[in-house]
Amino acid sequence: MNLMTANIFAQWLQGTHGWLYVLILVLIVAIYLGFFAVAGLLLVLMERRVAGFFQLRLGPNRVGPWGSLQTIADALKLVSKEIFIPKFADKLLYKAGYYLVIITALIGISLIPFAREIQAFDINVGIFFISAVSSVGVLGILFGAWGSRNKYSLIGAMRSGLQMVSYELSAGFAVVTVVLMAGTLKLSSIVEAQHGTWFLFKGHIASIVAFMIFMIAGTAETNRVPFDLVEGESELGAGFHTEYSGMGFAYFFLAEFINMFIIAALTSTLFLGGWLAPFGITDALPAQWFWGLFWFMLKTMSVIFLMMWFRWTFPRLRIDQLLTLEWKYLLPIGLVNTVLMALFVWKDWLFDIGKIFGL
Amino acid sequence: MGYFNKIINAIKTLLQGMQVTGHYFFPNLFKRKYVITRQYPDEPPVVFERFKGEVVMWHNENNEHRCTGCQACEIACPNGSIEIIWKRELDPATGKKKKMIDKHIYHLGMCTSCSLCIQACPTNAIMWSTNFHSATYDRHSLTKVLNRPGSKLMAGVEE
Repeated sequence: MNLMTANIFAQWLQGTHGWLYVLILVLIVAIYLGFFAVAGLLLVLMERRVAGFFQLRLGPNRVGPWGSLQTIADALKLVSKEIFIPKFADKLLYKAGYYLVIITALIGISLIPFAREIQAFDINVGIFFISAVSSVGVLGILFGAWGSRNKYSLIGAMRSGLQMVSYELSAGFAVVTVVLMAGTLKLSSIVEAQHGTWFLFKGHIASIVAFMIFMIAGTAETNRVPFDLVEGESELGAGFHTEYSGMGFAYFFLAEFINMFIIAALTSTLFLGGWLAPFGITDALPAQWFWGLFWFMLKTMSVIFLMMWFRWTFPRLRIDQLLTLEWKYLLPIGLVNTVLMALFVWKDWLFDIGKIFGL
Repeated sequence: MGYFNKIINAIKTLLQGMQVTGHYFFPNLFKRKYVITRQYPDEPPVVFERFKGEVVMWHNENNEHRCTGCQACEIACPNGSIEIIWKRELDPATGKKKKMIDKHIYHLGMCTSCSLCIQACPTNAIMWSTNFHSATYDRHSLTKVLNRPGSKLMAGVEE
């Protein structure tokens, strides 16, 4: 299952291959779109059940076994609803908003290495590309808010932009510490470099600090609670998607959850060894692609659960607290941490299980 | 508090918060230990004794009630939910005519559950029931006659 899409695409552009390759490209896109929809629906369901258990409730449990069809029913309802565009809305930007958000989420997901060689788009600057693309997503939010001509939407979107500009920095520094250890920006190589010791443990102090910074910044970038000033219900109605109804709203909602998945997948790729089995316990088994997917999904789901735990525990930050946290705490700590990690790598003070036990 | 103390304190308190919510989540995940949701049609609901469902009149096994027809509840009711239709009939014990209730009419649809009638009643004839299945398809069925047909005053209430 070698999906060397980038190569196929390049060869197709150069005209050395025929329409078969276009067919393969379309097939891959279809697979990713299917995954996109299924993952979105499952994550919404998971969020609601988890929220229920945190709040001593049950969550949705009536539609289908254990409520498993609840989100499908919700999606059907949203599809059947009227798409209402405000009278004075800028229709082009209004519609461009959700498409941009969805497209950036899809591009982000295409770079994630799900297992060895199960990756649509394995480029040399993978992690850099993801952080670039995920910042474009905020443009979609801004477009939608500006286009819908609602001051509360715009306030929400400006906050989103502010948050993205701030937290992208510390997320970037957390990524840089990992890149220092891995020596590459390519996501599949970053995973391969974690054979033996995951990066969470390899750089001991610096790694753990980077992990914490990345989790905080990632939660902020996906606009989730404690950092959900973008939609702060009590202040802004629903924030940037106040004026959206039906599928327009559903796209934003879906993209939000897919972005959460991307951040969690990146966390597990960068720090928790991606599709590598812990201590290599399944390396000798057949069907490596299955085990790769299994471990990757297990780690990603654990990180997603952690983010849900944050969401249902912490209260929302005020805007000044948000900026104080970023510019006075995360950024200086991230800077010092990067230098510290560079020192560790230079002096080879890394924690490596293989080296310690002489394997 | 210094810079680093603040960070350590923040991490400590955040973990403390997560410990509290985690303490509820994990038992709920497998055993529903702390779940307080009652799945009403499947499970019997817990109704508290002091719940104010609707006003009822107490009757004993001989179909006797304690209402003397003094109309104190009708006067006490702020929005006229209670109407008492009374009559004068011969009292078999004394052989004289006496005031007694014909119909104690209670409009559940108008009642605000303020309890003033129950506080006003000198003989404790009416009381709250905990019945909450009050929804109907026809508002006329919300007008209720509280005394049962053929019921009469319990002996010894008026002394």
